[in-house]
Amino acid sequence: MRAKIMDRAATVILTLIAVLIIGTLVGLLGFILTQGWHKLNLDFLTSPPDIVKAGGGIGPQLFNSLYLLVLTMVIALPLGLGAGIYMAEYAPDNKFTQFIRMSIEVLSSLPSIVVGLFGLLVFVNMTGWGYTLFSGALALTVFNLPLLVRVTEDAIRNVPRSQKEASLALGITKWRTIVSVILPAALPGILTGTILASGRVFGEAAALLFTAGMSSPDLDFSQFSLSGPTSPLNPFRPAETLAVHIWKVNSEGLAPDARDVADGAAAVLIIAVLLFNLSARWFGAWIYKKMTSGAN
Amino acid sequence: MSVMTLEKTIIRARDVSVYYGEKRAVSNIHMDIERNSVTAFIGPSGCGKSTLLRSMNRMNDLVPSCRVTGSIEVDGTDINSADVNIEGLRQVIGMVFQRANPFFKSIYENIAFAPRFHGLTDKRKLDEVVEESLRKAALWDEVKDRLRESALSLSGGQQQRLCIARAIAMQPTILLLDEPASALDPISTMKIEELVMSLKEEYTIVIVTHNLHQAARISDKTAFFLMGELIEYNDTSKLFTTPENEKTEAYISGRFG
Repeated sequence: MRAKIMDRAATVILTLIAVLIIGTLVGLLGFILTQGWHKLNLDFLTSPPDIVKAGGGIGPQLFNSLYLLVLTMVIALPLGLGAGIYMAEYAPDNKFTQFIRMSIEVLSSLPSIVVGLFGLLVFVNMTGWGYTLFSGALALTVFNLPLLVRVTEDAIRNVPRSQKEASLALGITKWRTIVSVILPAALPGILTGTILASGRVFGEAAALLFTAGMSSPDLDFSQFSLSGPTSPLNPFRPAETLAVHIWKVNSEGLAPDARDVADGAAAVLIIAVLLFNLSARWFGAWIYKKMTSGAN
Repeated sequence: MSVMTLEKTIIRARDVSVYYGEKRAVSNIHMDIERNSVTAFIGPSGCGKSTLLRSMNRMNDLVPSCRVTGSIEVDGTDINSADVNIEGLRQVIGMVFQRANPFFKSIYENIAFAPRFHGLTDKRKLDEVVEESLRKAALWDEVKDRLRESALSLSGGQQQRLCIARAIAMQPTILLLDEPASALDPISTMKIEELVMSLKEEYTIVIVTHNLHQAARISDKTAFFLMGELIEYNDTSKLFTTPENEKTEAYISGRFG
């Protein structure tokens, strides 16, 4: 009888906790979306911000956020995958490996503002680049690498050992086994981690304040050069991202509609992350299918 | 190597011991395995029969603490010598595991993956290899219309036959089967047994099994292991009717194990 009551109590308590979490999440999302909904129009999404007058947009900030995400992932993904594969398949079980693992854990618990200040010191000042997208991408790489390494390692370790044995027993080399058998099987896990990391990149502000900077040049979207000072694609220009913009407008905005702009930008940020997650999941399922049943 | 020079013995084990760390799992095995025959390894759990089997294609290399002493020769080559190409060795010696472990790929791709890796890129030839392997594994008729579907959609017995087809596709001379039917239902088991008997025309088969009836039904020779030692190795008909060793007799009559 006692066990039965405990069982019921556990069910009720766990359900309550779940409802509480979902409620908070839905409430938060709903609040942000309803507050910012009226700002969602093409003009707001594409026009540059206005510092003193009302009616400014978030075009450059939105672009900066997306571009920074791409830049960061181009740097962080190969490193994270490589390190994760090394930790799961190559690293011997010794003191050195334990030290690496401990370093990764310490790194993953660093507050992002500390990563930002480290970035200011190394990627902004020591390199002499000043505030640039590239410095921001490197800081975010430092910030997200532990997560990516960890997720990759776990995903690879979760692939059944029998898969690896099957491949090796066919005379397939270790490297090819990793690439063609283990990684496809680990892909859903790796992808989930990458989505998580991307969400963190997209929403990160503190690590970017002193690395990518708090301002953007007047971007000329008819330019495609990688070096011009007003070229959007130039990675060595300062770039204020959406999240940084929200923080800046909220704390020191001078325009009369600063609050409105912040609300709208927050809604855009949330929607972008949602869209990104959904499409990444769809893309991942598609890739998985392609890799597991395709001819090549 | 011409057919004339082929010896009757294909695998020659001399003084083979296998250690996991300090623990000796297999002790001083002397054993000749004959070409194009079915040899069964029997014995209670932990007797070292699977360990010995996995030493024959060096799958034990995956276990860092594992060490093999003595010599195992396949067609006269010591497989543990430093200059042996391990990928080449495993092409000659196929292996099927206790639990069916198809790749998370299509049925076609499960078979074609390894031949393609080893250099067979011509699409038509690959198709031929896939069909031929599936036919030999008695699976073709069941899957010919769904080659592009995931191998995981097959039943357990079908998956295991797919794994056999996958091993056959490498055109090995030896097949090592590690309790291939122990996780299957009786009908699937029967199909695997029929398959093994039909395959011995072309391949040398070494099968580890817990099922004494299975060993008696399908093997030409049987080796009985106990605590890492080879107790008796003889023609299957002799070993099961007039065993020479009393431990063998005790085991096959069901008094232990």
